[in-house]
Amino acid sequence: MNIHEYQGKDILKRYGVRVQEGIVAETADEAVEAAKKLTEQTGTSWHVIKAQIHAGGRGKGGGVKLAKNLEQVKDIAGQIIGMQLVTKQTGAEGRKVHKVLVAQDVYYPGDSEPKEYYMSVLLDRTSGKNVIIYTTEGGMDIEEVAEAHPEKIHKEVIDPRVGLRPFQAAKIAYNLGLSGEAQKEMVKFVTALYKAYDDTDSSMFEINPVLKTSDNKILAVDAKVTLDENALYRHKDFVALRDTNEEDPLEVEASASNLNYVKLDGNVGCMVNGAGLAMATMDIIKLSGGEPANFLDVGGGANAQTVEAGFRIILKDPNVKAILINIFGGIVRCDRVANGVVEAYKNIGDIRVPIIVRLQGTNAEEGARIIDESGLKVYSAVLLKDAAQKVKEVLAMTGANA
Amino acid sequence: MSVLVNKDSKVIVQGFTGSEGSFHAQQMIDYGTNVVGGVTPGKGGQTHLGRPVFNTVADAVREAGADTSIIFVPPAFAADAIMEAADAGIKVIVTITEGIPTKDMIAVKEYLKGREGLRMIGPNCPGVMTAGECKVGIMPGFIFSKGKIGIVSKSGTLTYEAVDQLTKAGLGQTTAIGIGGDPIIGTTTKEAVELLMNDPETEGIVMIGEIGGGMEAEAARWIKETGNKKPVVGFIAGQTAPPGRRMGHAGAIVGGADDTAAAKMAIMRECGIHVVDSPAEIGDTMLRVLQGEKVTA
Repeated sequence: MNIHEYQGKDILKRYGVRVQEGIVAETADEAVEAAKKLTEQTGTSWHVIKAQIHAGGRGKGGGVKLAKNLEQVKDIAGQIIGMQLVTKQTGAEGRKVHKVLVAQDVYYPGDSEPKEYYMSVLLDRTSGKNVIIYTTEGGMDIEEVAEAHPEKIHKEVIDPRVGLRPFQAAKIAYNLGLSGEAQKEMVKFVTALYKAYDDTDSSMFEINPVLKTSDNKILAVDAKVTLDENALYRHKDFVALRDTNEEDPLEVEASASNLNYVKLDGNVGCMVNGAGLAMATMDIIKLSGGEPANFLDVGGGANAQTVEAGFRIILKDPNVKAILINIFGGIVRCDRVANGVVEAYKNIGDIRVPIIVRLQGTNAEEGARIIDESGLKVYSAVLLKDAAQKVKEVLAMTGANA
Repeated sequence: MSVLVNKDSKVIVQGFTGSEGSFHAQQMIDYGTNVVGGVTPGKGGQTHLGRPVFNTVADAVREAGADTSIIFVPPAFAADAIMEAADAGIKVIVTITEGIPTKDMIAVKEYLKGREGLRMIGPNCPGVMTAGECKVGIMPGFIFSKGKIGIVSKSGTLTYEAVDQLTKAGLGQTTAIGIGGDPIIGTTTKEAVELLMNDPETEGIVMIGEIGGGMEAEAARWIKETGNKKPVVGFIAGQTAPPGRRMGHAGAIVGGADDTAAAKMAIMRECGIHVVDSPAEIGDTMLRVLQGEKVTA
């Protein structure tokens, strides 16, 4: 589960990780109040107004701006709140900004030059251990650094038996070229950061940039935090951090019906049991000349209710020209699924797109018979290749194939 | 022969008396699996599905000679259940449970390390099935037929799809291993492929993967290094899946360039694996490959 920068920073602070301080605001007036309060608390004279959306690349998209006085705070916050922010991670339509973080300016002049670093903590799947990844090339797109200067990216593997050791924290600080007070501050920063990651059951922390200020403090200027959804039962207070504004409304509706749905841009909807088969079904749609409109896994309990809920969600997408239902009935009986399809079809009433139902497994023939005799505009298939062929034919009929 | 489980496996069910455990234990018994009992703490001494219930896995090992365990306990207790099974000396642990926190699995992986002769399959997997002999999982038994193809897969229903196609192609199966789709699993694609390569009854292998991680590439390179001893037909689900939906930037670095379906398929082809673009072609392709036809899928 992804959370906002301001929420991530709250978590980091609880563990003693120094962060760029800020106050969240939902209107331009609130932003001004936040800026005044922040000046009282931190002495900052300038403020950074940062759009709060779950996507990187906000700065380049115009979602992060510096305000040098309260008038500018009001103007900039007013521009950013409500804007449709497009970054390379949001897709072309962008994401609507509902909140901004009014943050202190941490790039103030002083005895030394401020310097930016990159640091993330995440699972290395190959070793089954957590790793801290870091580089001196902060503030940049980490993928570009990996491409251009792979030798500048360091990894520190954490042994699960003993956790992060002090020598590792020290090594990280030295490898970042730090010495004296800044080196000690970095050791504290890394130690607290890893403890926060471990205690909160996070899947990923990405701090870009980590900043050494001109007075040798180390702090997190940004915080991208992903929590392990499977561990939320241990952290009940984190459940409230979910922001459904950041999710596609259809995906929110699907998750309420226990369906795993991801909206895509294609023209053929699909409904499948099992994530692997669902992805494979999307691939079949593409090979048959269509483009998948969604990923939809109805899970192990495909019944009339889930089929109907799935239908309703897919049909809300105006791009959908055909629907392929692909159920491999192991425990689930195909005749029941077939009855569910017929029932859902009748309940919804006005389905104008052709539907291909492929039922295989337990009672598959019976399922196909129910579909064929229903009198509905539904095509049945038993073999996967027949289903692919039917998709091709249907797309040819509707003239929707590429 | 077969791998991991056979008619002599003495199987217990952890989470035996729960609804999932009961349902699937009955299905396993109906398939002919030698289920020697189950474990539900606090219900030791009772009888369930005509089999004894034990309080601990250690009791089940001592009193019923259990050597294989299948785990259905809820996610919050699953890591502990796996460790208990390992501690009691169980040799094959199959974890069906979905939704175990990653942090718990990091601890499990460390706990299992270095234990001689122990193999853990899963979690979040459909289990292991040796056709005609033993089902330690939730796969539908009736689609299997005893034969000569081994299957390794990250996904449940996609495994059934492959099994069904192999049955319809008249090839049948030796053992199907559902390794699971979680970030941390007990047995990797390469390890499962290696088991099947070393099984004299298995004449061909179907390897099914999906986007994310580098396990298929690792398996493919191992297959090539060891001389492509048996034909392998491969499929990677998710050619049309959008990037970045589940993993952030940093994840992509650790996973490396092996992460996308296209990249994995290219590596597999380079390593001599017969990669199919369509999941509908798995059975037919294996048949053609075994008949000696050169398949340039």
